[in-house]
Amino acid sequence: MTSDAATPLAAELIGIDKEFYGVKANDNVNFLLERGQVHALLGENGAGKSTLCSILAGLYRPDSGEMHISGAPVLFKSPKDALAAGVGMVYQHFRLVANLTVAENLALGHPGLDVRLNQKELQQAATELGQRYGLPVDASARIWQLSVGEQQRVEILKLLYRDAQILILDEPTAVLTPQESKVLFKTMRQLAEEGRSIIFVSHKLDEVKQISDQVTVLRDGKTVGGVATADAEPKDLARMMVGRDLELPTRKPSEDIGSVMLGVSDIHVQSDRGLEAVRGMTLDVHEGEVVGIAGVSGNGQRELAQGLVGLRPLTSGSVELDGVDITHMSVLSRIRAGCGYVPQSRLGMGLAPGLTTEENLALKAFRRPPYSKSRRLVASAFRDNGEREIKEYDIRGVRPGLPIRLLSGGNLQKALVGREVEMSPKVMILRSPTRGLDVGATEAVRNQILEQREKGVAVLLISEDLDELMALSDRLLVIYEGEVVGEMPTEDATAERLGLLMAGQREGAS
Amino acid sequence: MNDSLLMLTVVAAIGLGTPLIFATIGEIITERSGILNLGVQGMMLMGAVAGFWATFTTGSLLLGVLAAVVAGAALSSIHAFTSITLRANQIVSGLALAIFGAGLASFLGKIGNDPLVGNPSREVFEPLFTGWLVDLPLVGPLLFGHDLLVYVSWLVAGIASYYLFHTRMGLSLRAVGEDPASAEAAGVNVSKVRYVHVLTGGALAGLGGAYFSLALVPTWQDDPIGAAGWIAIALVILSSWRPWRAVFAAYLFGAASRVQFTLQTLGEPWSDIPSTLLSMLPFVLAIIAMIVLTSGKRARYLGAPAALAIPYFREER
Repeated sequence: MTSDAATPLAAELIGIDKEFYGVKANDNVNFLLERGQVHALLGENGAGKSTLCSILAGLYRPDSGEMHISGAPVLFKSPKDALAAGVGMVYQHFRLVANLTVAENLALGHPGLDVRLNQKELQQAATELGQRYGLPVDASARIWQLSVGEQQRVEILKLLYRDAQILILDEPTAVLTPQESKVLFKTMRQLAEEGRSIIFVSHKLDEVKQISDQVTVLRDGKTVGGVATADAEPKDLARMMVGRDLELPTRKPSEDIGSVMLGVSDIHVQSDRGLEAVRGMTLDVHEGEVVGIAGVSGNGQRELAQGLVGLRPLTSGSVELDGVDITHMSVLSRIRAGCGYVPQSRLGMGLAPGLTTEENLALKAFRRPPYSKSRRLVASAFRDNGEREIKEYDIRGVRPGLPIRLLSGGNLQKALVGREVEMSPKVMILRSPTRGLDVGATEAVRNQILEQREKGVAVLLISEDLDELMALSDRLLVIYEGEVVGEMPTEDATAERLGLLMAGQREGAS
Repeated sequence: MNDSLLMLTVVAAIGLGTPLIFATIGEIITERSGILNLGVQGMMLMGAVAGFWATFTTGSLLLGVLAAVVAGAALSSIHAFTSITLRANQIVSGLALAIFGAGLASFLGKIGNDPLVGNPSREVFEPLFTGWLVDLPLVGPLLFGHDLLVYVSWLVAGIASYYLFHTRMGLSLRAVGEDPASAEAAGVNVSKVRYVHVLTGGALAGLGGAYFSLALVPTWQDDPIGAAGWIAIALVILSSWRPWRAVFAAYLFGAASRVQFTLQTLGEPWSDIPSTLLSMLPFVLAIIAMIVLTSGKRARYLGAPAALAIPYFREER
C-alpha cells in the first residue's frame, strides 16, 4: 500500500455492520479504496457486496461503522449526500426513469443546474460527455427506447455529469456481451487514469483478474481478505470467495437423443408494448436434450417463454408438444399435456408469495387426487406430500403454516423446480434458473436439470449466463431482437462467437 | 351577438369550470408526485367554509382566499403524513379525508350563536372589467367578462405547465411520480418532493372550494359545491395529467352543468326534458370519458404516473 498522509485514500470503510430482518448482510466489513484504481469487490451472490456498495452510495445507512472520503469522516443520509461528496453508483437494476429522456435523467437531481431546464443544452452536454468517454448515446431518446447496454452507458454518464470521483459499478457485465464488456473495461481504465476510483463488483474471476488493480473478497457478509490482483491466482480467489473448492456439475455428452418433443415453428409474439418481440422463431427440442437459448436480456426471452407456456398469445405460428398441437390450448391444458415452466420471477409468477410452502408445492397438482377428492381439498395430502418433497428437494428454512416468501432465493428456486419435476413433464422451459443463487443452490438446480435430461425430458434453457448455458446445454441457439441468429452444438461454442451473435452480427453475413 | 344563447352558455361554463380548474390542477400536481389524494371533495369544502368565514368576519376577499388555501393545505397535510411518512393505503386515507372534510365543513357552518349557514357573503368576486372592453364583440365577454379568480386560474395553468415540463423542480416531481427509487438514487429527496406537492394540491383544492362560496353561490349553505371534488378527480384522468388540458376539460364540464338552464330558456320542446335528467349530464359525461379513455390500449398512452398510489420505502429489498 502506498497511502501516506499526503494522499489520503479515496474511501475508507471501517467496521461496517448492516442487518436486514435479522440477517447480517454486512458484518464488521473493512474496505479501503485507493485513488486512481479499479478495485474489485468479489463475492458470491448474497455475500453482502451490494449492501456494502449501497451503504457507500448513501442508499442504506449502516447500523454501525465509520466511513471516510478523502480522509474526512462522512455520514450519508441519502444518495444526495453521497453524490455531493463525489460518490455515485450504477445499480444492478438501473435507476433510470424510463419515461424521461437521457438528457432529463442526467439533469435529474443535479444541484448545479439552472431552475429553467434547457433541453437542447442538456442534450449537447450529454452527447459531448459520451464522446469523450467512449459512451455514445442518443441524448434525446427516452430510456425505455434504449437497449440494456445503452442504459448502462447513461448510468455511467449520469455519474460523470456530476463529476463523481468514486464510481461504484454493481455487476456491470452481467447484462453485457463479452465484446461490450471489453468496451466498458476500456472506459473504466480511462476513468482510473484520470484519477477517479472505481469499485467493480463481480463474481466472475476472469473479469476481476483482467480489469482490477486490487481485490477485496467478501463471504457471508464478512471481509475475507484483500490482495493486489497481480499477486492473486484465480483458484485462490475462488477458494476465498466460496470457502471450499468447488466443482459445478456439467453435462456429459449423450448419444441417445430421441424424437422431437417440443416443436416450435415460425412463432411471432408481441411484447407488453404491442411491439413484435418474437419475430418468427423456429426450433426443436428432442427427448433427453437440453437446448440453450443465449441472448442479451430483452431480446424476446420473456415473450418466447410466455408464448410457449400459454401465458401470452401467439400472433402466428404453431407449437407442438410430443406431436400434439398445443398452439391454442389454455395454460392448464398445456400443463396437463406435460409442459413444465420455471419463470424468471420466482415470487409472483412462479410461486404464490402468501401461500405456505406445502400449498405452493401442490399449486399445479391440487385439482386432482390425492390433493382433492370430489372437489374438496385433502389437508393430509398437502402435508404428507409437502413433507416428502421438502426433504427430497432439500428445501431449507420451511416453517409450517408460514408463507413461502420468507424463504431465501435458493430455497424458493429448489421448491419451484421441485414442483415442476413432480409433475413429470415431457418438456421443461426454464428461464435463468440459477440467477442470484448461491453456489450450493446453483449446484442443486443444475443437477436437477441434468437429471431430468437423463430421464428423457426435453429441456429449453433460456438464460443470460453463458457459463450456465455452456455447462448444461447440448445445443445452443442465439437470439437477437426476437430472431434466432445462430445455432451450434455446445462443443463448437466459444464466448467470443456467442458474444458476436448476441450483439446481432450474423455469421457469414458480410 | 354577445347576448346570444351560445355566448351566455360559454361564459357561464367558464364560471362553472373555474373551481374545477383549481382542484384538477391541484390533483394533477399531487398525483404527479405519485400520491393519489381522493380527498379533493373534503379539501374543497374546507376551503369553501374557511374562505367564506374569513371574508364574512373581516370583509376582505384576499383574506378569504388566503384562509381557503391554508385550510385546503392543512387538510391535505393529514393525507401527506399518512401516505408518505406512514406509507398507509392512499385510497383509504384519501376517502377518509373526503368524508372528514365534508363533515367538518358542514359542522363549522352551523356552530356558534350566529352560525354562517344562510348568510350571504359580505364581499363577492365581481367581474374585473367594465365598459367598452366587455362590449367588444366576441372577445369582450370571453376574455374580459370575468372576475379576478378566472384570470388566476389561467395563470395557475400556465405556471403549472411550465413548472412541470421546463424546470428542474418539475423534472424532480415527474421523476418521483414515475420512479421514486431512481429519483432518490439521483439525489432527489422523495419525501420532501411528495410533501410539497401534496400540500400544493390541497391549497389549490381549497382555492377551488372558495370560488363557490365567494363567487358562484356567495351564500353559505350546507353543501355549496355539489360533487365538484369528485368530478375533479375524473378530470385529472380526462386531462391525462396535463395542466392546460385540465382547463378545457373543466370548461367542458362547466358547459355540461349549464346545459339544463340553457335548454329551459329555449322553450318547447326542449324545456320538457326533465331537469333531473339533465343535471345527470356531467356525471354521465364523466363516466363515458373514463370508459373511452381508460379502456384497451389507450390507457397505456394516457400518461398516469407509474408509481401512483404506491408507497415508497427506500430499504425495501
